[in-house]
Amino acid sequence: MDFEALTRWFLTSIPEVIVISAACCLLMVDLFIKKGSRDVIAYLSLATVIGAAAGTFALAGSSQQAYSGMFVVDGFATFFKMVVYLATILSILLSMSFIKVEAIEQGEYYVLLLFALGGMMIMASGADLLSIYLGLELMALSVYVLTGFMRRDRRSNEAAMKYVILGAVSTGILLYGISLVYGLTGTTRLVDIATALSHIDGGDTALVLALVFLISGFAFKVAAFPFHMWAPDVYEGAPTPITAFMSVGPKAAGFAVILRVFLDAFAGASEIWIVVIAVIAVLTLAIGSLVALVQTNIKRMLAYSSIAHAGYALLGLVAGGEDGIASVMLYVFIYAFMNMGIFGAVIVMRKGDFVGENIADYTGLSKVRPGFALLMLIFLFSLAGIPPTAGFIAKFYIFVALIQSGNVALAVIAALFSAIAAFFYIRVVMLMYMKEPTGGFDLNLTPAARIALGICGAGTVLIGIFPSWFLDMAQISVF
Amino acid sequence: MIPLSWYVILGAVLFMIGLSGVFLRRNILVILMSVELMLNSANINFVAFSHFFQDLRGQVFAIFVITVTAAEVAVALGILVALMRNKRTLKVDEITIMKG
Repeated sequence: MDFEALTRWFLTSIPEVIVISAACCLLMVDLFIKKGSRDVIAYLSLATVIGAAAGTFALAGSSQQAYSGMFVVDGFATFFKMVVYLATILSILLSMSFIKVEAIEQGEYYVLLLFALGGMMIMASGADLLSIYLGLELMALSVYVLTGFMRRDRRSNEAAMKYVILGAVSTGILLYGISLVYGLTGTTRLVDIATALSHIDGGDTALVLALVFLISGFAFKVAAFPFHMWAPDVYEGAPTPITAFMSVGPKAAGFAVILRVFLDAFAGASEIWIVVIAVIAVLTLAIGSLVALVQTNIKRMLAYSSIAHAGYALLGLVAGGEDGIASVMLYVFIYAFMNMGIFGAVIVMRKGDFVGENIADYTGLSKVRPGFALLMLIFLFSLAGIPPTAGFIAKFYIFVALIQSGNVALAVIAALFSAIAAFFYIRVVMLMYMKEPTGGFDLNLTPAARIALGICGAGTVLIGIFPSWFLDMAQISVF
Repeated sequence: MIPLSWYVILGAVLFMIGLSGVFLRRNILVILMSVELMLNSANINFVAFSHFFQDLRGQVFAIFVITVTAAEVAVALGILVALMRNKRTLKVDEITIMKG
């Protein structure tokens, strides 16, 4: 290992280096900034993310390995990094006014978001179970703290406590699975695992056990059944911009890892895991869609909705192959726009003492704020999968991939659940449009929030109308 | 020379003790200790396999796990302190105000 190789590795991981070193610097900068001008940290964080995105663009188009094959930069990683950049930028923009309303304006907030971003980028680029584990933990530890950032709020404390305990348990399960994989194959590198698996009998009990542990660990991270119980409580208790961030960023990074681990390293053992994942996907869809029907808190409802969306993405994994991977990638990308959008709408409702978390709070919104209600309508229709919004395209390609791979029954079940899920999205739309308002609506629409909502709205509509370019992007990025 | 299977069995037993501790005990500190058992059972596996294969990868992994776990426990205890300031209890059932 010479100096030249080290430099090349460093340059290959330059976006991660930028994000993590900038986060460390911002921790220091924060000490020298007067209270009340913390927006500077937000702008510097935005600049960092944009700088990292520029680095990722510069590296795009080539496939390189670094750090003895533990870290890989390819189209797949680049695609998912773009999704997590997007989620982070939107979260920062939406946080700027929210953390003032909640009186939790501290520089560490943005720094932790950047650390979480760094972890997600390492997850997307991880080509070894060790680097994937480290990325996962960097992301998770930052998000645990962010969940409990409203220190004086009981719900926030409780959410963080539940999250950290259940998260640690899932990490334990995942690590035990990794240790079994290491014992079976003698390596933790994904490529070498794939080679070693070809010498192992498919019915090996230890292999089945290892896969079950791995699936359980990863299922927790994307809040899939039966490891979804943490999601509603954590989503409800966390500061809303963090809820928005968690429901998009870590979930996208989790899917990046799941796709790479199962369709690359464990592709040879697919007859074992494909049935398990299919069952998990259907049950996740069922739980998410059905329980969301009875929620009265919009954050809890969106938590169940995001559980259901994880079910669709898992179905793309069941479809497998290049089409399956591309459909999951497109799904995650579109989901980022629409989910950040609807959470953004919930965030701007929070102003002064008004919380705006009950679904009933949106009664008659269209009479008072027609433009804002229309934007929410677009996001809700997109989440429900109604054309011509992007959400329809996302579900459509998942169904296409399922049917092409011969899983027609799964496609039919998924379509049925999406019809059930449409009900609770449209219930909100009905409250907004069909009922008379009971009071005024004082929205916290700062310029930053407007920009964020504008980006989400534009993404949701444009991808819905011109999906082919985005689908091509996903297809050429498949590993 | 202790055979590999003994280590693996020890790891599996520790893992099960940890997992049942998480689900059966109601004190947050005890739950955190049980989680530690689960993580350490994975470490035993890593080190045992590493010795068996004469490959350093597993030991490196175990060292990383120990480091990250230390950070994780620090975060968990920090959150616990914040929680204790608002409600002076360590019982899981008394903390819950959100349903689910």
